[in-house]
Amino acid sequence: MKPFRYERAGSLASACASATEPTAKFIAGGTNLLDLMKLQIETPTHLVDIGPLPLAEIEESAEGGLRIGARVTNSALAADMRVRRRYPVLSQAILAGASAQLRNKATTGGNLLQRTRCSYFYDTTKPCNKRMPGSGCAALGGLNRMNAVIGVSSDCIAAHGSDMAVAMAALDARVETVAADGVTRTIPIDALYRPPGNTPHIETVLAPGELIQSVVLPPPPPGQQLYRKVRDRASFAFALVSVAVVVTREDDRVRAARVAFGGISYKPWRSAEAEAALIGATVTRASFDAAGRAALRDARGYGYNDFKIPLARRTLRAALADATGVI
Amino acid sequence: MHNENVALTVNGRRHALDLDPRVTLLDALRENLGMTGTKKGCDQGQCGACTVIVNGQRINSCLTLAVMHAGDEITTIEGLEEDGNLHPMQAAFVRHDGLQCGYCTPGQICSAVALLAEHKAGWPSYATADVATAPVLTDGEIAERMSGNVCRCSAYSNIVSAIRDVAEGGRI
Ligand SMILES: Cc1cc2nc3c(=O)[nH]c(=O)nc-3n(C[C@H](O)[C@H](O)[C@H](O)COP(=O)(O)OP(=O)(O)OC[C@H]3O[C@@H](n4cnc5c(N)ncnc54)[C@H](O)[C@@H]3O)c2cc1C
Ligand code: SF4
Ligand code: FES
Ligand code: FES
Repeated sequence: MKPFRYERAGSLASACASATEPTAKFIAGGTNLLDLMKLQIETPTHLVDIGPLPLAEIEESAEGGLRIGARVTNSALAADMRVRRRYPVLSQAILAGASAQLRNKATTGGNLLQRTRCSYFYDTTKPCNKRMPGSGCAALGGLNRMNAVIGVSSDCIAAHGSDMAVAMAALDARVETVAADGVTRTIPIDALYRPPGNTPHIETVLAPGELIQSVVLPPPPPGQQLYRKVRDRASFAFALVSVAVVVTREDDRVRAARVAFGGISYKPWRSAEAEAALIGATVTRASFDAAGRAALRDARGYGYNDFKIPLARRTLRAALADATGVI
Repeated sequence: MHNENVALTVNGRRHALDLDPRVTLLDALRENLGMTGTKKGCDQGQCGACTVIVNGQRINSCLTLAVMHAGDEITTIEGLEEDGNLHPMQAAFVRHDGLQCGYCTPGQICSAVALLAEHKAGWPSYATADVATAPVLTDGEIAERMSGNVCRCSAYSNIVSAIRDVAEGGRI
């Protein structure tokens, strides 16, 4: 690890002001940042610990949803009875991620901003445009089994690793931030992440020193919620593919549907195409398959990850079948 | 870069330390305090050998900085015994032969102790069919909840038996 100056945040304003230096970073749970600092992939010279800030509450919002403080741990969020009853897909997604020990440290803000697990991003002997802009992308012609298949560019095909964010995307979550000048803004979760394009090292729309204060969940959408994750072992592994669905069935038709995928793009991938295909469709495996095909129309594989395209389609089909009670 | 003063409370004893802020909680325990019960396996959050209990919750001590834990109550494997008697979970691991080489064992035991508290608090897991209900601690639930602790010797089935034994409050 490179040396750094450690600061315990005194207030929101001072934390944001300290973190505006380009080589400063906030630290929350530290489970992603410290891992990357040990490998010198992240080399901040100044760490601002947001542990002392009062952002660890889950509150009812005026509109009938929940406001989740950025420091609420993944464990606390998944165990909150309001989340378990009204947003079960979010509890399920969080519990599908990492391990109990990690979830006890990992925070809501840190989870959203965790960096990719692309193995070449972690291997500092290999070219990687995200780690070292302009050096190339070793994953393109390499072992890219874990990488993305949609929405990415020829400069970077990294996938985002968060399970929690996939459920939040299906729930239309909004991210509330504050900057050093005190200005606050609200960003729909879908607009938080920047497509890689030719600047894959710039991952979000957040400015230096801009702090995530909270994540707001609108009132729960009607319908059956479900998270399904497919991975290399039964527990404690990142998703190959995952899907969050919220679906309402009326007789033998789908009345409303929300679909978001994990493991296939640089962000949690909400699919308007799948949703459009599902509205009014019959509740059958054939129409669930058609929705999956619509979702993945623009997808392409890079060799070792070709399997993710049919896997994502089948995972969606299975999740929708489960959620609507189709056998 | 300068050191930071930090007071760590480990197993009820306060230790004043002067630490490089880069020192992880794991290295502070092992190198600065000489408490080598807590093990370093991967140093990346992937194996659970470094599991300790902080303010009642299990965490990976390798992925957190010691300076972030001033004022916290830290419990390590050395702090579980009571008046010279093994903690019931330690005794159950011995009884059920829940180990071979023993390297992962301190982390497994700390993790298992915290698991029972999480279950008692009604926390669900990925193995819980309906997350809105308080789950019964089946073997499937125990295995899922222990998935952050890897055992190279694969003592898993006896680890699950040991935990079930303590959860049921008795001996087998
Ligand atoms: C072995 C292992 C397995 C894992 N498996 C999974 C998995 O299966 N699924 C999954 O979803 N995740 C998984 N994770 C990732 C884990 O969920 C993240 O490491 C964790 O959520 C990050 O949260 P944190 O609070 O520790 O973030 P930190 O490491 O503290 O921070 C991460 C980043 O966010 C920034 N940041 C943090 N908080 C804020 C804020 N409020 N405002 C602005 N910036 C902020 C930091 O500056 C840093 O850049 C795994 C991690 C490990 C180590
Ligand atoms: S996919 Fe992105 S993160 Fe992975 S090697 Fe290529 S540039 Fe780096
Ligand atoms: S040493 Fe901490 S998880 Fe492996
Ligand atoms: S007993 Fe040897 S690693 Fe678990």
